Amino acid sequence: MAQHIVSRALYYRIFAALLMLTLLTVGVAYLDLGVLNTVIALTIATGKALLVVLFFMHVRYSSRLTWVVVSASVFWLLLLLVFTLSDYLTRSTLAGW
Amino acid sequence: MAEQATAPAHQFDTPIQQYEASTLGMWVFLLTEIMFFGGMFLGYTVYRLLYPEAFAEGSHHLDVVLGGINTAVLIGSSLTMALAVHAAQMGERQQLIRFLAGTLGLGLVFLGIKAIEYAHKFEAHLVPGSRFVYEGPHAPQVQLFLSFYFGMTGMHALHMLIGIGLLSVLIRLAWHGRFSPDYHTPVEMIGLYWHFVDVVWIFLFPLLYLLGRH
Repeated sequence: MAQHIVSRALYYRIFAALLMLTLLTVGVAYLDLGVLNTVIALTIATGKALLVVLFFMHVRYSSRLTWVVVSASVFWLLLLLVFTLSDYLTRSTLAGW
Repeated sequence: MAEQATAPAHQFDTPIQQYEASTLGMWVFLLTEIMFFGGMFLGYTVYRLLYPEAFAEGSHHLDVVLGGINTAVLIGSSLTMALAVHAAQMGERQQLIRFLAGTLGLGLVFLGIKAIEYAHKFEAHLVPGSRFVYEGPHAPQVQLFLSFYFGMTGMHALHMLIGIGLLSVLIRLAWHGRFSPDYHTPVEMIGLYWHFVDVVWIFLFPLLYLLGRH
């Protein structure tokens, strides 16, 4: 079948990168960086998720249609998060209005 | 291999078209799963914003070492799953069975460690409900944090259990030589599911265990 076959070496490199990012996120969690703690933790988690989705789940080599569905699901999730949080995060600043 | 070449089901023109239809269907299912877990992540985020001190306090009752080990175990199981798909593409039956069994084994290790963590929470009376015992000004909010912890990790563990069931079926099919370089779509699709469950944990671990740790 005309599938893209990812080499084993690439899988091992992705695995090593995921482990290193896990160690990094645990290490950073013990430093007090204020708001940056959350930002860094979520950035690293998103990076790890991207590695899994693009390489382990083969999305990088998938058809355009799969790209559309994957992007749509991320977009829909962002709609859920952004619109709800834009309410909760602005309640105190807009309280006097 | 050639004599095993599988003809596509009659509604498809080619095996590739059938494979792409399966991939699309699997991703649409995963989309619903993303929204399912997304709702819980959203609820958690909103309450974390409302009660930041209590949630940070709650995080301190989780075991970072066991959670970290479990993260590594799950990433390892994703590697063996990816290698199983590779073995299926190459038509290496022995390797396929070995990597599927490895994935299943690591999944069981994950659930075992999770069970130890849950047992510790029961012993410490940190399980929400009538037996919940907690001293301090934030007790109700810490209980809320632990409700999210048990709800989200419990749902994740349920998905792991389902994945382990699916892997057992795959191992049986692989044992009977049902997969070939021409046809191994079930291995690929259950691989997608397994990696998705891994991605959920990749977000659960920092959000539950790490935020507010310093």
